Amino acid sequence: MDFKGSDTIPGPRTEDHLPQTAQAAVKIVIVGGFGVGKTTMVGSVSEIRPLTTEETMTQAGIGVDDNYGSETKTATTVAMDFGRISITDQLVLYLFGTPGQERFWFLWNGLFEGALGAVVLIDTRRLEVSFDVIGRLEERGVPFVVAVNSFPDAPRYPIEDLRSALDLAEEIPIIECDARRRASSRDVLMTLMRFLHALATAKTRA
Amino acid sequence: MTPPQRRRRFAKEQPRLTPLATEGSGGTEGKDGKEGDAKAPERLYVVAGPDGQRADLDLVTLVVAGADPPPSATPEQSAILRLCTAPLSVAELSAYLNLPFSVVTVLLTEMLTAELVQARAPIVRQATLPDRSLLEAVMHGLQRL
Repeated sequence: MDFKGSDTIPGPRTEDHLPQTAQAAVKIVIVGGFGVGKTTMVGSVSEIRPLTTEETMTQAGIGVDDNYGSETKTATTVAMDFGRISITDQLVLYLFGTPGQERFWFLWNGLFEGALGAVVLIDTRRLEVSFDVIGRLEERGVPFVVAVNSFPDAPRYPIEDLRSALDLAEEIPIIECDARRRASSRDVLMTLMRFLHALATAKTRA
Repeated sequence: MTPPQRRRRFAKEQPRLTPLATEGSGGTEGKDGKEGDAKAPERLYVVAGPDGQRADLDLVTLVVAGADPPPSATPEQSAILRLCTAPLSVAELSAYLNLPFSVVTVLLTEMLTAELVQARAPIVRQATLPDRSLLEAVMHGLQRL
């Protein structure tokens, strides 16, 4: 057993402790293909160094999972990076970056259903890897915005061309961002929150 | 230049994936015996105990130690109690303990039952109305970043 006992486990640094008054947390999911910048975005806004939580995938994924690990491996570990932003002394926001393939989502109960909303992070060099995830979010009724991570060598399309290519409803925000920059990533999260607020306001009026 | 075009799938009943990793599954044993030399799920099974019942814990449920470690505490329990002297999410516990989320939830279920820790439930998006004052609080917090 590789669990070495309580003395050897590094915990949060003192400055990373939440106040005792922290009562509740909310979460936002950042979803996208590999290498699209999810962890970069989490890291650029997080108040803690991004951490990784893992889940072990057993038979459910065996045989369908071509991209992970070698063929002889019988259990696959799926990792998810996350970060944290303290909103008030009582409220904490967590950001989870998760791979786009839905077959991983079931590992974390309620990850999407319980989240305030989602950011679909896309790379215009590989737009098609985000098609499936957008469809899944629509089917599950998870509100989301689309953020285009502006890689220097990626093709640039007018936003309306992207909206048309992604077949997105008119009201769904699409914004360009630089996931490496805190202010830019923060703006993406603000866009999502304003969108959620508008949805809530519309529902109240209905 | 035109970007590639997404095609909507026809609406259809989605098969729900069954999380095989839950329900106390040391569940890979007896398949062909090869699991032991890879990631060894049965070792996690030992850490988690034989009972598959779980408390309703989210990745962002905040956990707070409610007691000092009793003499009977296992190393894992002592580690959790030391980590969450200040509130800490289940996800953070999983990360610091380097244990899968599902294993941490089993450990915490036991500790909640024994009243060694307390859990503070997250605010989740309901199918009904999102709370606008909550959204406003988050926006205000983000603006200060």
